[in-house]
Amino acid sequence: MQASDRFNINSQLEHLQAKYVGTGHADLNRFEWAVNIQRDSYASYIGHYPILAYFAIAENESIGRERYNFMQKMLLPCGLPPEREED
Amino acid sequence: MASIDAEIGRTQEERKKMEQQLASLTSVTYDVDLYGGENRFEGYERSIPVNEDEENQDSMDSEVARRLASFTAPKSVLKDIPRGGEEDDGMGFKKPLRIIDREDDYRKRRLNRVISPDRNDAFAMGDKTPDVSVRTYADIMREEALKREKEETLRAIAKKKKEEEESKASERERDAGSAPVQPTQKRRNRWDQSQESDTSSKKAKTASASDWDMPDSTPGIGRWDATPTPGRVADATPSVSRRNRWDETPTPGRLADSDATPAAGGATPGATPAGMTWDATPKLAGLATPTPKRQRSRWDETPASMGSATPLPGATPAAAYTPGVTPVGGIDLATPTPGAINLRGSITPEQYNLLRWEKDIEERNRPLTDEELDAMFPQEGYKILEPPASYVPIRTPARKLLATPTPLGTPLYAIPEENRGQQFDVPKEAPGGLPFMKPEDYQYFGALLNEEDEEELSPEEQKERKIMKLLLKVKNGTPPQRKTALRQLTDKAREFGAGPLFNRILPLLMQPTLEDQERHLLVKVIDRVLYKLDELVRPFVHKILVVIEPLLIDEDYYARVEGREIISNLSKAAGLATMIAAMRPDIDNIDEYVRNTTARAFSVVASALGIPALLPFLKAVCQSKKSWQARHTGIKIVQQIAILIGCAVLPHLRSLVEIIEHGLNDENQKVRTITALSLAALAEAAAPYGIESFDSVLKPLWKGIRSHRGKVLAAFLKAIGFIIPLMDAIYASYYTKEVMFILIREFQSPDEEMKKIVLKVVKQCVSTEGVEADYIRSDILPEFFRNFWVRRMALDRRNYRQLVDTTVEIANKVGVADIVGRIVEDLKDESEPYRRMVMETIEKVVANLGASDIDARLEELLIDGILYAFQEQTSDDANVMLNGFGAVVNALGQRVKPYLPQICGTIKWRLNNKSAKVRQQAADLISRIAVVMKQCQEEQLMGHLGVVLYEYLGEEYPEVLGSILGALKAIVNVIGMTKMTPPIKDLLPRLTPILKNRHEKVQENCIDLVGRIADRGAEFVPAREWMRICFELLEMLKAHKKGIRRATVNTFGYIAKAIGPQDVLATLLNNLKVQERQNRVCTTVAIAIVAETCSPFTVLPALMNEYRVPELNVQNGVLKSLSFLFEYIGEMGKDYIYAVTPLLEDALMDRDLVHRQTAASAVKHMALGVAGLGCEDALVHLLNYVWPNIFETSPHVINAVMEAIEGMRVALGAAVILNYCLQGLFHPARKVREVYWKIYNSLYIGSQDALVAAYPTLEDEASNIFSRPELMMFV
Repeated sequence: MQASDRFNINSQLEHLQAKYVGTGHADLNRFEWAVNIQRDSYASYIGHYPILAYFAIAENESIGRERYNFMQKMLLPCGLPPEREED
Repeated sequence: MASIDAEIGRTQEERKKMEQQLASLTSVTYDVDLYGGENRFEGYERSIPVNEDEENQDSMDSEVARRLASFTAPKSVLKDIPRGGEEDDGMGFKKPLRIIDREDDYRKRRLNRVISPDRNDAFAMGDKTPDVSVRTYADIMREEALKREKEETLRAIAKKKKEEEESKASERERDAGSAPVQPTQKRRNRWDQSQESDTSSKKAKTASASDWDMPDSTPGIGRWDATPTPGRVADATPSVSRRNRWDETPTPGRLADSDATPAAGGATPGATPAGMTWDATPKLAGLATPTPKRQRSRWDETPASMGSATPLPGATPAAAYTPGVTPVGGIDLATPTPGAINLRGSITPEQYNLLRWEKDIEERNRPLTDEELDAMFPQEGYKILEPPASYVPIRTPARKLLATPTPLGTPLYAIPEENRGQQFDVPKEAPGGLPFMKPEDYQYFGALLNEEDEEELSPEEQKERKIMKLLLKVKNGTPPQRKTALRQLTDKAREFGAGPLFNRILPLLMQPTLEDQERHLLVKVIDRVLYKLDELVRPFVHKILVVIEPLLIDEDYYARVEGREIISNLSKAAGLATMIAAMRPDIDNIDEYVRNTTARAFSVVASALGIPALLPFLKAVCQSKKSWQARHTGIKIVQQIAILIGCAVLPHLRSLVEIIEHGLNDENQKVRTITALSLAALAEAAAPYGIESFDSVLKPLWKGIRSHRGKVLAAFLKAIGFIIPLMDAIYASYYTKEVMFILIREFQSPDEEMKKIVLKVVKQCVSTEGVEADYIRSDILPEFFRNFWVRRMALDRRNYRQLVDTTVEIANKVGVADIVGRIVEDLKDESEPYRRMVMETIEKVVANLGASDIDARLEELLIDGILYAFQEQTSDDANVMLNGFGAVVNALGQRVKPYLPQICGTIKWRLNNKSAKVRQQAADLISRIAVVMKQCQEEQLMGHLGVVLYEYLGEEYPEVLGSILGALKAIVNVIGMTKMTPPIKDLLPRLTPILKNRHEKVQENCIDLVGRIADRGAEFVPAREWMRICFELLEMLKAHKKGIRRATVNTFGYIAKAIGPQDVLATLLNNLKVQERQNRVCTTVAIAIVAETCSPFTVLPALMNEYRVPELNVQNGVLKSLSFLFEYIGEMGKDYIYAVTPLLEDALMDRDLVHRQTAASAVKHMALGVAGLGCEDALVHLLNYVWPNIFETSPHVINAVMEAIEGMRVALGAAVILNYCLQGLFHPARKVREVYWKIYNSLYIGSQDALVAAYPTLEDEASNIFSRPELMMFV
C-alpha cells in the first residue's frame, strides 16, 4: 500500500478486498491464482442451475451428482501445491 | 466629591474581590464564576437522574453536584464569534481551554489520585515468588485495608468527639468542634484533622502537645517498606490505632527510605540535618508522652512526610498533590526531577499561571498615567481634583506574596524596564527544532533545554531524552511534527519499553494545566502505544487507569468515548485477571470518587471482555461481607454495564439480577438505593423484554415501597417504573394500581428528586397497555393536576420537561378533551412560565392526537386562551407560543374560520409593533397558518396580508426581514402566482435588491421565494429583470450555508428555463474565470443544471467552445460541468458521447493532473449513464486514454481513475477490463503488479461471476491441472 493510500478510501477498499477469499496480491503465484479461478468456476457452475443442467446432459449424470462432483473438486482443484524451492 | 468616594469604594471592593480570586488561585480552587464551572451532569447521565446527588453524598457536599448548568450557547456558535485579534484572548469570555477550568469540584478530585508505582505482573513471573521489593496484589490490598481502617477510626473519633461536644453545654464556641465533624475531608486537610483527632483521642495528654508532635512520631517504619507510595503516604498521617507500630525499632537502613531530604533530586540519607534523630523519636513518642519538640522547623518534617517522593523545592501545599509527586518515586531517580526547574527557580505550574494571570490583570487594570489621561480627555471642561483624604492606594497582598518584580509597583508612572515580568512569557528557545515549551512544561521537559552532549549520556538517558522529545512534539508541535512523532512513538514502543514510556506520559496527563487538545493527543499516544506493547503493559494497568478513569465522567462526550476505548483496549491487552487485580483494591476505596470511576471502568471492561467472564467476580464483590462500599460498587458496576451496553444485557439479565437482588434488603441504605437504581437501569436496558428475569425482585420491591421513605423510596419507585412497562397487560394494570397508591401519596412530596421520579413513574405506568383510561381519569387525574399543575413546577427546567412529558403521555391514554379541558383556563394564568408550560403541553397533545375531540365550547376557550397567551408573552426564545399557536390552528383546520379575522387582526397589529421580536413572530405565525387560511377559503384575507407584508419589506432587522420573506413565500405557495397580491411583477423587482443582503436568514428566504417565482411564475416578470437577478445570484454562490447555494443553483435552472439558456449560460461561463474555488464549483453545478433543464444540446456547444480558452480554471470548470452534466442527464448522454469524446481525449492527455482527474470522473459518469445503450466503441476508445493513468499516485487522481475503470466495467463488461488487467498481473516489477492486482481485486469484487467465462486458459504443470475441461463441453 502506498503512503497516500493509508488515509483515504483506498484503505477501506483494501480492507474490503481482504475479506474476499478470491482476491489477490502482488505476491500471488500462478498456482494460487489458478486455485482461485478453479474454485470460482465450480462455485459459478453450481450457482447457475441451467449450466449445471447442461453439464449433466453432456456428462450423462444426474444434476445432483454433478453438483456433488463439483463440490468435491473444490477441495484440491489443481492437485497439491508445488514445492517451494527457495524459501 | 461624594460620588467619587463612592466610586472609589466600589473600585476597591472590586479589587478586593479580584484579589481574593487571585489568592484563591494559589490553592487551586478555581473561581467558578469566572471560569464557568459548568456542571452538565444531566447531559451526561440522562437515564438515571436521581442518583448522582445522593451517590456523592457520602464524602462530599451534594451542593456542588446539584448546581445547575448555566445556559450557554452551543460550542460551534461560540467558536464562530469573530475575535478582534490577539489582545482579547487572554481573558474575556473565551471558553476556557484548560480542562481543569471547566471541571467542578467533584471532577477535580481526580487530581487527588496518585499514580501508584508499578505493580507485579503475576503472569510474567511464572512460579517464582515475587521479590519483596515489588508491590504485589496482597500488598495493595493490605494497604487499602489499612487506609480504610484508618478512615473508619477517624470517623469514629470524629463522631465521638462530636457527641461529647454536644453533650457539653454549648456555651463554648463551636467552630473548633464543627470542623472535624465532617467525616471525610479533603485529603490535604487531613494533616490538621488527624492531628486534632489524635489529641482528642488521647484525652489524658496535656493540651500542650504541639502541632508538630504527631508528624514527628510518624509512620511506623514497617509501613514504609510495604508501601513505597509516595503520594499516599504524603497525606496519610498515621493514626494512633495501628498496632505494632511503636514496638518496632527502626533500623537505620530503613530510615534511608523514609527520610528523604528536601535537597532536590537527591534522596541521600546522609544529607539529613544532624539534629533529626529519627530513630529516637518514634520510641520516645511511643513510650509515653510525646514531648513537644519546638526546636524543629517545619522544614524538617515536611519532606519526610512527603515520603521518598521527589521533594519539590519550595513545595507549596498546592504543589504537594501536583504530579510533581512523581509516580516513580524511589524506583526511578531520573524522574522529571525538580532539578530541571532550576532553570527558573522553583515554581509550580500554578504559580506560573498565577503570574500570567496577574500580569494580565495588571496590564488591563493598570492605573492610567497623567499623560494618558491628558491624551484621552479634552483640554477644557475637566478639572483635576485632589484625591480625597480617605483614599488609600491599593496594595495587593497577593502581589506582595509572590514577591515578583511587579511591573507597576508605583501606580502613577511606569518605567519601561521595570516590566521584567515580561520575561516569563518569553521562554528560552528550545534547541533542535523542538516546539515551543509552555512554562508549565518545564517541569516535565526542562531536561531537554540543558544542552548536553547526547553522546555523553548513558543509553538509558538517551532513551529518556528521545521519549521526552517525541512527547513534547506530540503535545506542543505542529501537526506534521506531531504526526511523525506519534508514528515514531508507536513504532518504537517496544524498544522504549513500557516503563519509560508510561513514566513520561502519565504524569503529563495529571498536569493541572492540561488542555483538551493536549489531553486528546496524549490519550491517543497511550492508545497507540498500548496496541504495540500488549502484555508488557500489565504492571502499569493501575497507573493508566488512574489517569484514564476521569475521562469516563468527563462532560465532553468525545472524552468519554475516548476513555472507554482506551480502557477497552487496555483490558484486551492486559487480560481480565490483571484488570481485576488492578481494580479490585479500588472497589472499596474510601473515596467515593475513586469507587465511582472504578465502577464505570469496570463496566467498560465487562463490555470489552464479555459479561460472562466478569460474572463470578461481580457476584463475589456484590456479596462482600467486609465492607458495604464493595457491595455498593459491585452493584453500581452492574448498573453501569446496563447503561453502557443497553439491550446487550438481555442474555445475562437473569444472572445480573440475581447477583444484585439481595442488595434490596441490605442493611446499608446506600446499597439498597443503588440496587434499586441498578434494577431500573437493567429494566430500562432490557425493555421491552426480560420481565421473567425480574420475578425474584418484584416482591422485595413492592414490600420496599411500603416500608421505605425518602431517597430509598424514590429509587425503589424508579425501579418499579421501569419494570412495569415490561409486564403483560394484566399484571401491569394490577401492579400499577398497587404502586399508584404510594405514588399519589408522594405527589405531595416537597422533595424535587422525588417529584421527578414520581412523574417519571406515572408516565411509565400510564403508557403501559393494561392501564385503562377510566382508571386514570378517576384515580390519577384529580390528584395529579392538583399537585403538579402549579406555577412552581414551571420554574425548574427539568420539572417542567418531565411534567409536560408525563401529561402528554396521560393525554395519549385519556384523550385530548380531558387534558386540554383541565388546563385551558390556565392559558390566562398570570405567570408567564406557567402559561408557556400549558401552551407547550397543549401543543404536543394536539399535535399527537388532533383536535377532533375538542367541542365547540372548548374550542372557543382554547382560541381565546391562545390569543391571550400569545399577546401577553414578553419573551419567547424557544418559540413555544408560536409553535403552540401554529399547532392548534393547524389541528383545528377549517374550524378556525370564524376566528381568522380576529387572528389576522392580531397579526397585523403585531406586525406594526415597536419590538423586532414581536414583528418577527407575527410574520412567522403567518407562515405557519397560511395553509389553514387557504383551507378556510380566506384568500382575500391572505391577499390583504400579502400586501401588508409587501409594505414591510423595508424592514431593517434582518431576522424580521427573513421572517417576512418567509411569510410571503408561504402565501405565494398557497394562493398561487396568478392570484397573488401584490402581483408578481411588482413583487419581484422589490426582491432584487434584497438579494444583496448578506444575512443568512434573509438570503435563504429570499432565494427560496425568488426560486419559487422563477419556477412557477417566471412569465410575469420581464427577461431583463431575470438577467439582473442572475447577476445577483452569482454573489449568492459564495454563501456559507449549503442550503442557500443549492437553492441558488436551482434558481439558475428555473431562470434558464424561463428565459432560455443562452444568456444565463454566458453569465455562468464568464464566472468560471473567477479565482474563488467554491464559486467556480457552484458555477459548474449551475451549468450542469441549466443543461439538464434546457436539454444538453443547448448548452454543450457553448461549453465545449469555452474549453478552448487557454486557462486552467476555465478548462477544469468546463470538465467539471461535463462531469456533473453527464451525472445528471444519465441515459440522455448517449446522444452526446461522440460529441464530447475529442474533448475528453484531449483532457485525458493533458499534463495537468486535475484535467485528467476531472476528465476521468466525467468518463465515469458517462460510462455509467450509457451502460447497455450501445456506445461501447466510444467507451473503449476513452478507456484506452484512461488506462495509462492507473499509475498515478495522487489520491484524488487515482481515485477518479479507478472509479472510471469501475464505470467501464459496468458499461463494457468485466471481461474487457480483465483483458486489460492480464498484461500486468504477473509483471516482473512489483510496483506494476501491485497496481494491477488492485484493479483486478475491485473487478473481482464487482463481478466475480462474470469473470468465470473470461479467465485465461492456463497450461497444466507437472502435477497440477489448471485447465477447466467443463467449459469445453458441448452437447
